[in-house]
Amino acid sequence: MDILIDNLTIDFPTAQGVSQAVRGVSMKIGREKFGIVGESGSGKSLTARSILRLLPDSAIVRADALTFDGVDVMRADESAMRAIRGRRAGLIMQDPKFSLNPVMTAGAQIEEAVRAHSKAGRREAREKAIDLLAQVQIRDPKRVADAYPHELSGGMGQRVMIAMMLAPDPELLIADEPTSALDATVQAEILRLLDNLVSSRGMALILISHDLPLVSHFCDRVAVMYAGRVVEELKAADLAQAKHGYTRGLLECLPTLSHEKRRLNVMARDPAWLA
Amino acid sequence: MSGATAQSWRDWLLTDTPASRRQAAWGRRYRLWRDFQANRLAMGGLVVVVVLMLASMLAPVLAPYDPGIQNLANRLARPSAAHWLGTDELGRDILSRILFGGQVTLGMVVAVVIMVAPLGLAIGCIAGYFGGTLDRVLMRVTDVFLSFPRLILALAFVAAIKPGVTSAVFAIVLTAWPPYARLARAETLTVRGTDYIAAVRLTGASSFRIILRHIVPMCIGSLVVRVTLDMSSIILTAASLGFLGMGAQPPSPEWGAMIATARRFILEQWWVPTIPGVAIFVASLAFNLLGDGLRDVLDPKQR
Amino acid sequence: MSTMIRVDDLGVRFGSFEAARGVSFAVEKGASFGIVGESGSGKSTVLRALSGLNQDWSGKMEIAGVALGPRRPKDFFRRVQMVFQDPYGSLHPRQTVDRALSEPLEVHGIADPEPRILRALAEVALPAAVRFRYPHQLSGGQRQRVAVARALMSEPDVLLLDEPTSALDVSVQAEVLNLLMDLQERRNLTYVMVSHNLAVVAHLCSTVGVMQGGEMVETVTSADLRAGRASHPHTRELRALSMELEEP
Repeated sequence: MDILIDNLTIDFPTAQGVSQAVRGVSMKIGREKFGIVGESGSGKSLTARSILRLLPDSAIVRADALTFDGVDVMRADESAMRAIRGRRAGLIMQDPKFSLNPVMTAGAQIEEAVRAHSKAGRREAREKAIDLLAQVQIRDPKRVADAYPHELSGGMGQRVMIAMMLAPDPELLIADEPTSALDATVQAEILRLLDNLVSSRGMALILISHDLPLVSHFCDRVAVMYAGRVVEELKAADLAQAKHGYTRGLLECLPTLSHEKRRLNVMARDPAWLA
Repeated sequence: MSGATAQSWRDWLLTDTPASRRQAAWGRRYRLWRDFQANRLAMGGLVVVVVLMLASMLAPVLAPYDPGIQNLANRLARPSAAHWLGTDELGRDILSRILFGGQVTLGMVVAVVIMVAPLGLAIGCIAGYFGGTLDRVLMRVTDVFLSFPRLILALAFVAAIKPGVTSAVFAIVLTAWPPYARLARAETLTVRGTDYIAAVRLTGASSFRIILRHIVPMCIGSLVVRVTLDMSSIILTAASLGFLGMGAQPPSPEWGAMIATARRFILEQWWVPTIPGVAIFVASLAFNLLGDGLRDVLDPKQR
Repeated sequence: MSTMIRVDDLGVRFGSFEAARGVSFAVEKGASFGIVGESGSGKSTVLRALSGLNQDWSGKMEIAGVALGPRRPKDFFRRVQMVFQDPYGSLHPRQTVDRALSEPLEVHGIADPEPRILRALAEVALPAAVRFRYPHQLSGGQRQRVAVARALMSEPDVLLLDEPTSALDVSVQAEVLNLLMDLQERRNLTYVMVSHNLAVVAHLCSTVGVMQGGEMVETVTSADLRAGRASHPHTRELRALSMELEEP
């Protein structure tokens, strides 16, 4: 399974003319943990979503190549895309509150995901759902399966969301800010869980976040995006040797607990970064 | 005015950096007007509303005949050069009656709206903002009014005082405010818990000030739409009251009453009831279009 | 140095749920006190009770030696102001920056709005051009600066900060934190800041209270926290998580 993005641009028509959200992004992602970091509006989510063709209708997408395991996403018909979306690739979003159906129990939603992608019967689907809940390390899967989303905490909801995405045994998980609505302790648990699942199942993971230290702690490779472009791509272990001014700025403007800073460095945005 | 000064005025209005509040306020108004103009349907609505209002106000000048003069020899006449829109069952000129009727009908509509919107807004916002017992009391009162069939309540009210246009207006107000109160309350409930209202509370502002200056503006948009959608039903209620002898009194012309009295001619002399119907339809549609445009323009996020 | 804020045995209940109990702390004039904890730990509840937004509480609270009741006099809102977490939600969507900044002046009958508004904009490093813009025309960082400027209009002594940077990008967070530090120095403000981010709290505040399950389980100086001299397990856990991400 490979994802190839070559010279991707995404434009949005606005009243003031065309706004360029993504401008010539290229990346190649294999079976690895790949992070995309950037601030709001940098185009990180759009880039990742374009792989599943989950963009707003008004988006104008162009690319020299955009393929998912050899399938040309730019030209594939809707049924081919449905075979990828949800089945071969899952998307985990920021807030489980908005991505779970509030009037269905967690178990029913996972069962539905199971049955949509296999010929499993009702009972079989139920068993699979509870098994999946156990896999995302929920201690009491039967109780959680019968709970409604509002009865679950944020971390629990996010686990249910992950279980749902795992149902069809996907090859790729895209996690779009999966933990930024969660507490630090829960965030650590969820990321550890994702880490284990990804390595034990041999999946690829694209982690999208604004938090550079978090992403680099957790991923193999990181792409840093700024104003619709990848300004730097590097191995997470080499973060300390980052060269681009923006990447360095992101690291230096953080307050740290380990040593005191009188004043925080403020990023001086070089207009040349936009070029 | 020469082109150059017009241009400099426009620059003064549209500048990104207004020098004073006055300039900013006028710039805002100009932008509103420009956006409104860009919406063709809304502009059409505005033009029609203004033409209807002007025509009604100028009825004594424009009308070719006295709306009350009967000519039984020439009743139910087809439209002709002498009577552009024909005559009614008593031989009165329909065009003149439409023009004068506009004074009564549009006057009633405007009077009702001027009273209903602030009343509903005040009750809804107060109930929504304070909540608790006050909310419960006000909303139960609203429910009581809502539970009566509109026309019956209005009839009972008019019958209790004396029939006429003024009492019809009050009767319609009495029956029309509850939906506005409900709407304003619903909007207030969503706004009340927001951080920006909390921030105003923390400036130490009084509840009265918070409601009037911060909550009411958030409710205006949906209220304007509701009012314009309600225009036709207000006109029809006024007409029904007129038909039952509780609203405008004959021979005073009123669009709804004109339809009511002429409806038995719909098959043979179709134009007699149709023409006031067209007047009501055109007026309602124009108000609707106007309201839609206003709502779009009043929301600054649309710009 | 005099004590600006004293909170003693504060408790807040929502129905049968005890959102905060037995919370006590004191802040010197011109100092900063941070409250950290996870969601539901009661940290925002404490701040809202202190600000007067929530009138249902028990215990004792004092500002500059004056005991606070459930309902605050108008003068209280001149001396104590708050900055909210979400700069998208804390500014009225239909009011320009000018309106937002003049509101406190009108409420308190403060004269000369014009120069005061211009000075406030300059103080939070916003260009005068934003004065007549609407919130949706500003970036997140600019909005939070407007919110800070609004809080400063009535020239308060105390600023309550409810996660003031957690909705912002890290580069903007640095700018806002620097701004808050400068303002404190210039105006001798007293801060109480609530945050879930230990590094942010330790950066701005000299003392940190750690909350868990409605109780303040530990109060520790930032220096001790940095050095790892915290005693409560929850404090240590939060510190370890924060440190783990800092090490590359």
